[in-house]
Amino acid sequence: MRSAIRNILAASVAGTFVLAAGAASAEDVKVGIILGFTGPLESITPGMAASAELAWKEVNDSGLLADKLVPVRVDSTCIDSAAATAAAERLVTAEKVAAIMGADCSGVTTAVLNNVAVPNGVVMISPSATSPALTEAKDNGFFFRTSPSDARQGEVMTDMLVAQGVKSVAVTYTNNDYGKGFADAFGAAFKKAGGTVTISAPHEDGKGDYSAEVAALQAAGGDLLVVLGYVDQGGVGIIRAATESGAFEKFALGDGMYGQSLIDAIGKDLEGTVGLIPAAEGEGADKFAAAAKAANIDPTSSYTGQSYDAAALIALAMQKAKSHDRTAIRDAVLDVANAPGEKILAGELAKGLQLLKDGKDIDYVGATNVELIGPGEAAGTYREYVVKDGKYETVKFH
Amino acid sequence: MTDFLNALVLLANFVLVPGLAYGAQLALGALGVTLVFGILRFANFAHGDLMAFGTMITILVTWWLQSLGVTLGPLPTALLALPVGMAGAVAFSLLADRAVFRFYRVRKAPAIVVVMASVGVMFMLNGIVRFAIGPDDQRFADGARFVIDARGWREMTGLAEALTIRLPVVITVVVAAAVVVWLFWFLQKTRMGKAMRAYSDNEDLALLSGINPERVVMVTWIIAASLATIAGTLYGLDKSFKPFTYFQLLLPIFAAAIVGGIGQPFGAIAGGFVIAFSEIILTYPFKRFLEYLGFSPESLVQLLSTEYKFAVSFVIMVIVLLIRPTGIFRGRVL
Repeated sequence: MRSAIRNILAASVAGTFVLAAGAASAEDVKVGIILGFTGPLESITPGMAASAELAWKEVNDSGLLADKLVPVRVDSTCIDSAAATAAAERLVTAEKVAAIMGADCSGVTTAVLNNVAVPNGVVMISPSATSPALTEAKDNGFFFRTSPSDARQGEVMTDMLVAQGVKSVAVTYTNNDYGKGFADAFGAAFKKAGGTVTISAPHEDGKGDYSAEVAALQAAGGDLLVVLGYVDQGGVGIIRAATESGAFEKFALGDGMYGQSLIDAIGKDLEGTVGLIPAAEGEGADKFAAAAKAANIDPTSSYTGQSYDAAALIALAMQKAKSHDRTAIRDAVLDVANAPGEKILAGELAKGLQLLKDGKDIDYVGATNVELIGPGEAAGTYREYVVKDGKYETVKFH
Repeated sequence: MTDFLNALVLLANFVLVPGLAYGAQLALGALGVTLVFGILRFANFAHGDLMAFGTMITILVTWWLQSLGVTLGPLPTALLALPVGMAGAVAFSLLADRAVFRFYRVRKAPAIVVVMASVGVMFMLNGIVRFAIGPDDQRFADGARFVIDARGWREMTGLAEALTIRLPVVITVVVAAAVVVWLFWFLQKTRMGKAMRAYSDNEDLALLSGINPERVVMVTWIIAASLATIAGTLYGLDKSFKPFTYFQLLLPIFAAAIVGGIGQPFGAIAGGFVIAFSEIILTYPFKRFLEYLGFSPESLVQLLSTEYKFAVSFVIMVIVLLIRPTGIFRGRVL
């Protein structure tokens, strides 16, 4: 938590500098950040916003983009679609932003996309909305995301379980767009691979007692329990109730369940649990980590790399389009994100901007190996882990 | 035979044991609500948050004791801190009575006005608890967790199904039974208990026979706040402490008090178990149980999915109010 506070401080200080510097320039272009600074993700959003601002600061410092990027932050709340829509409306109509980095949670992202971004024709690049439903959204090409769809994670999880010889599973998911979309995607993939899903039951977050939910899961049975929830919320309650009542001994966890707090809470009963988290490895990730640390951002905090990449894509698309026109940005995003072209890692934005200025192609790799597939979403790499001796151990990358 | 035993163990593990613990916790909460209603004549909406307040103090004292290295061995340290939590909740209740409820009592304000005032007190408690300990989950249980754990049971009996009995469940049932026995002895045998019952029966007649109303009110708050803290601490030990959960517990607790017959201590206990077992049985899938008995059901054989757990107590409450407003034990009409 202390580091989160420091991030906010660092980010707001950085933000003030950008604002102060921008005030002198005649070509200020505002860019929006809409993340849940209050609500269930409030502990990770400061790091995400700071990472996005880090990318834009890098662009501004290079002086290669014709415009000076001025970030404007608003609150998506993560859960209140009406509040998020109102905030996005303000970004688009009052602040007149050129593009939006965000939103974070799948539910509010869908609402903002349908109600604000598409009607007004503004590009949205979400770092963390992973619901498979967003793949099919009627977005007129204005929506991109630097995190993979959970449909992909569902397939990876199926591969992982099939490889371990798991035949039947019980599934429980957090009762929201993320959990439902993920559970549906995983269920479909697992059935296709020949497995059986005995039950797919939602759980509400923030309850004191999950024994009834676990009783239902246990009655349905299965080789293991797949938990697609949040580590600080209902997910840990489900696992605790399941281990204490002896209902399940082995668990497979989705990306929302990764965290040291889970091991601390459950202890030795968690041994042998497997799971996935989105992972980026390689030079780009290392470069981002170094730059983030220098800016007092914790690079291991969730979705920081994706946020940096989302912001960088907006800036690079502006350079490619040679304008900050909203539609022109939309048309340039896929060009800069994918091959062909010279690979641009995190921390090399100046190089990318220069190449684009010279009329050359680039392939933005960034912090998280950005490769936008389908309607503009990350292909995604995942790290498979197993809990062994009270620690997370990496098995392999998918 | 093994299958039959497995079926029984399954039900015991997922219905009987959790139902007993949850029922005892609800019963203790409902006893407090019913006492306040019987004697002070209003439905105290602040009861759930009073539970949270008392439990919060217990938790803070528990942490302090743990930091000093004081423990109760296999028993949770919270039992040692419980009296302090009870004292805190009692102090708050007496203060709230002084500052808020007495004002309306003296004026003989209509019950609905006092109920609204209790909603105000509820929000105040809500705020205090969140300020002091935060809105998050807190775990404060220490000591041994299990009397019988799943692995131990399977090794002992060789059955496929495990019966786990957690220490907090045992403590809950034992403490609840002791408290209930004491409360009935107090209400039936002591001078003060008789005075309270007389006051509850007929206020004017009780005043004429020389009963001091302020003392009756004070003792009622002391008992209600203590019961609330005990119920809250037991619930927190068994499950976990989260202020919002305690606020939500208000619904099943009121349902328990109403189903049993409001103002009737016996009714509160019966109501607590009726609500607890209804919630669990109606949302429990009997698939595996029936499989052990030789049936092979296609579906889960679950009447309601678990999301509707809270709706169960609500529906029972509405049905009772419609069909038999006095509840099982012929209490007052709300």
